[in-house]
Amino acid sequence: MGLAFLSALFLLAICLCDGSSISQAKQSASDISGTSTKEELFTLPGEVGRPGGRLVVALRAEPKTLNPLIAGDAPSRQVIGLMQSDLIHINRATQLTEPAIAKSWTVSKDGLEYVLKLRQGLRFSDGQPVDADDVLFSFQLYLDENVHAPQRDLLIVGGKPITVRKLDSHTIAFGLAKPYGAAERLFDGLAVLPKHLLEDPYKQGKLDQSWTLASAGSQIAGLGPFRLKEYVAGQRLVLERNPYYWKADGKGTRLPYLNELVFLFVPNADAEVIRFQSGETDVIGISKVGADNFSALARQPRGITMTDAGPGLEYNFLFFNLNELGGKASPDLARKQKWFKDVSFRRAVSLAVDRAAIVRLVYQGRGTPIWGPVTPGNHRWLNEALPHPPRSLDGARDLLRSSGFDWKKGQDGDPLLVDSSGAPVEFSIVVSSSNAERTKMAALIQDDLKQLGMRVQVVPLEFRSLLDRVTQSKEYDACVLGLVSFDADPNSDINVWLSSGSSHFWNLGQAKPSTPWEAEIDQLMELQLDSRTFDQRKHLYDRIQVIINDNQPFIFLASPDILTGAKNAVGNFHPAVLEPYVLWNAEQLFLRNTSESTPR
Amino acid sequence: MPSGRKLILCLAILGGLHFVIAGAGFFSPYDPTAQNRDWPYAPPMRLHWFDAAGHFHLRPFFYPLQLQEGAFNEYRQDTTHPVALSFFVTGARYRLLGIFPLRVHLFGAGDTPIFLLGSDSYGRDLFSRMLFGGQISLLAGLLATGLALSFGLLIGSLAAYLGGWRDETLMRLAELFLALPWLYLLFAIRAFLPLAVSPLQAFLLIVILIGTVGWARPARLIRSVVLSSKERDYVRAARGFGASGSYLLRRHILPETWSVVLTQAAILVPQYVLAEVTLSFLGLGVPEPVPSWGNLLSSLQQYSVLTSYWWMYLPSLAMVPFFVGYLVLASALQERAQGPKI
Repeated sequence: MGLAFLSALFLLAICLCDGSSISQAKQSASDISGTSTKEELFTLPGEVGRPGGRLVVALRAEPKTLNPLIAGDAPSRQVIGLMQSDLIHINRATQLTEPAIAKSWTVSKDGLEYVLKLRQGLRFSDGQPVDADDVLFSFQLYLDENVHAPQRDLLIVGGKPITVRKLDSHTIAFGLAKPYGAAERLFDGLAVLPKHLLEDPYKQGKLDQSWTLASAGSQIAGLGPFRLKEYVAGQRLVLERNPYYWKADGKGTRLPYLNELVFLFVPNADAEVIRFQSGETDVIGISKVGADNFSALARQPRGITMTDAGPGLEYNFLFFNLNELGGKASPDLARKQKWFKDVSFRRAVSLAVDRAAIVRLVYQGRGTPIWGPVTPGNHRWLNEALPHPPRSLDGARDLLRSSGFDWKKGQDGDPLLVDSSGAPVEFSIVVSSSNAERTKMAALIQDDLKQLGMRVQVVPLEFRSLLDRVTQSKEYDACVLGLVSFDADPNSDINVWLSSGSSHFWNLGQAKPSTPWEAEIDQLMELQLDSRTFDQRKHLYDRIQVIINDNQPFIFLASPDILTGAKNAVGNFHPAVLEPYVLWNAEQLFLRNTSESTPR
Repeated sequence: MPSGRKLILCLAILGGLHFVIAGAGFFSPYDPTAQNRDWPYAPPMRLHWFDAAGHFHLRPFFYPLQLQEGAFNEYRQDTTHPVALSFFVTGARYRLLGIFPLRVHLFGAGDTPIFLLGSDSYGRDLFSRMLFGGQISLLAGLLATGLALSFGLLIGSLAAYLGGWRDETLMRLAELFLALPWLYLLFAIRAFLPLAVSPLQAFLLIVILIGTVGWARPARLIRSVVLSSKERDYVRAARGFGASGSYLLRRHILPETWSVVLTQAAILVPQYVLAEVTLSFLGLGVPEPVPSWGNLLSSLQQYSVLTSYWWMYLPSLAMVPFFVGYLVLASALQERAQGPKI
């Protein structure tokens, strides 16, 4: 739950994208419908599948809405992602952009104007044709302040909303206030909405009441591979094949293969595992699967294959309360903050943490120790030169001693760390009680730090009250938290690193950077936003990673692998490390005609 | 079985069990919070007296475990290198009964870890944790029972003896307490407390909460006993001779309640141990890494643990002999109080 909420937060983060090369992905136009309008279908590579069948997956919570203009929660976004399509899409496997509804685009020399060409002859899932007016209308909705679309923040570039102009019935120009070379990443997830269905509700100011779960399938249309068939509250949501979908396979068969995609609502991860184990669902991994459940499933291979897709983009970290609380801090916290604000103290903690044990005991080896915010799953942006100091209790002790800490004999004969005034070093780590993995990490850190003579208590808190403490009341000593970057681009995490960012957890709500190194990060982030080539940006972001590593505002722990599984009968199952991990190529998934696919 | 002998047998068994728990430091081979990070979820190891050739060994031995190559928690027994158990070994420091610092343990096996009941996800010895966990859970149950009975005795006898509106008030209060959804009350109280409570504070908190919430039932029982005994002829006679109220209570009325109080105690102890287990299971008890029976069971909330590691259930079995012991004790006490059945 925690992750879902945070990634939702992240979607709201301002995402600015810069310039790099424009991908001219391979595509081919083919005319297979035989109708009078020439339809420009997008041909996908990959195994040619078998049409038909239904695929069942479990969803850990009911979606709240089917309206992309309101959806903020993960289940809603997952379902909407299958019903809608964007102009330019980020391919989850290559992590690069590829054409979608827009078949090609060009950028003006100054990088301020993008001209997108739409595919000809496309139709919404209700059979109505698509043209530039629909795109114009969609962006009008996203940008209208009265609509309060969560996407609006993404579309403010250089302090100004982007402008949209129709050039002809299938050509659209987007204007930016500042150059951002590959701003094309912005378009990912911005659905092209049907004007003919949403114009009336928009004019009446009733957009927030349209496209609810109670709406009839005929009232909702999109360009995604599936459309709404049925919703049964508390039980399931059924999507059916969109017969007008704009992708085809190598043989020219129109996608998607599946006739139906069924989402079963389950209360928690364990229920999801049980459903998958019993064969009720075909695929697992749309939400995160824990390593313990993964290996339990892998031990019982009855027609299923469990796949470790490798390191994902989730990074878990420990951080201390470095907020400038002034007189508001309790004397107790103010005393502790003197330690926390000492960079040697934080480095000593980092040196003492046994990351290998975290990977082994928390993720059963299905994870990676990390020393920075960029995980190995994001290989393009990872700074390989970042130091990976091995665990060293002696090194940690030296650091503490040089910073005025000392040891005295405690009650039980164990050495006790004391600060320069002789007070014992004691603090608590808050952690989300519903997240067994992070609770375990905190317990391991507790034991690691005990060996330095620190007395640490782990306090499991319900996730909302934890967030409240960290972001509102700021009454905590330290916290173990995790974040998932929604895209493999530094800008998806910009709110964490900018000193004014809403996820700058260790010291929130800064009017101006409180330390020189935070000021430097701010500056470098601004610079990389303006840079137009990947190499320039990479160079700047590498430097940011070094600064973070030097100052340890977050003590990075480990990143879990993306763990998934599917029945052997499911074809084209290629889990990715970007969300949605398993259903990103739902249009290509198919059911093989094998004995495994027969219902149990 | 005559109730007298049954009582003695019962007390002897319970005494033995409590003795083992009280001496957890001595009987367990390891510190209950020590993590052996190379041994997560090690299965229970069997002690052997006969080796592969059928020869008897006076000193039991076991086969050490080896982690399977590349696996996280799959072990195989190394039958080529049996390790004999050593007795009265020096090991981790502990305080016997919380007072005497000692290092001697009943058994150990040198550098080779011996997990009689397996290990948990951090590689902590479940056997040691179970014994130490019993200290917390049983002590919480006993103290809470003492507290609840003291309150119950005081309020119950006062209500019955004073009578009138004071009786009414106290008994309505008791009903109010019985009707309280105490689990939610505990959640609410926990939310008001400071963020980090030390294990000792958490322990005292549990004892006080369970004790104060639980006084109502014994109070009502004691009130009824006092009510009937204060109207007995000899009590009236004593009052006629000018005996004071406190003398009557002390001399004639309260002794009548002893058997009820003892029986109640035997019933309440397992109930309150279970209350502690429930609270710790839900994460409201003593914080990790300090073990309690409830803490030990809380890992069973995870489905994968439930299905993969059967030995994690064992702490729940440990409670059974205690609970049975206390309940048999309660019935023996009751039989004795009622006299032999006709």
